[in-house]
Amino acid sequence: MRLARVTGTVVCTIRHPAYEGRRLLLCELLTPEGDPTGVEEIAVDHAQAGVGDRVLILQEGNGIRQVLGKDAGPIRDLIVGVVDLISYDREGAAGAAGAAGGGR
Amino acid sequence: MYLGRVIGTVVATIKYTGLEGYRLLVVEPLRADGSSAGEPHVAIDATQAGVGERVMCVASREAALACDVTFVPVDAAVVGIVDDVQVGEGAP
Repeated sequence: MRLARVTGTVVCTIRHPAYEGRRLLLCELLTPEGDPTGVEEIAVDHAQAGVGDRVLILQEGNGIRQVLGKDAGPIRDLIVGVVDLISYDREGAAGAAGAAGGGR
Repeated sequence: MYLGRVIGTVVATIKYTGLEGYRLLVVEPLRADGSSAGEPHVAIDATQAGVGERVMCVASREAALACDVTFVPVDAAVVGIVDDVQVGEGAP
């Protein structure tokens, strides 16, 4: 999954039937630090997310079909969570891995 | 999925079985502000989009699911014609 910020909404009247009744949100991918990457994706909302929310985007077709059903169609980005908190310390984690013998 | 603009069409008479009848469009990926977000590429048209229109595209394996026969060699498809993109807190 990828972290992203919801930046807006997308409206399509003419669309593939798979998108019927689904909310489309414009999202910008984030680094774990919360910085925008400049990469934008349109995602189908499955977590009642709103503009400004930090969200979790699933980008794997099989997982999406598990959520939406096997006839989900051409949907590749699905919002599956609204993120409350990211606790992240890259250097600290590297140090801890080193202390444990460098294993994963 | 991502935003794009249709900037051209491609004609290929000889195509893989299952792709007959589908139009091929040249799509340039876009950001919401209208700037380019990547190299133009060819996408199959599932929505009767025309040149100049802003569209929603899907890439990778899921693109083939936009076709009637879903086991076809397609890695990009136009799946929506975008009417409006609302950016910022004012968006519904």
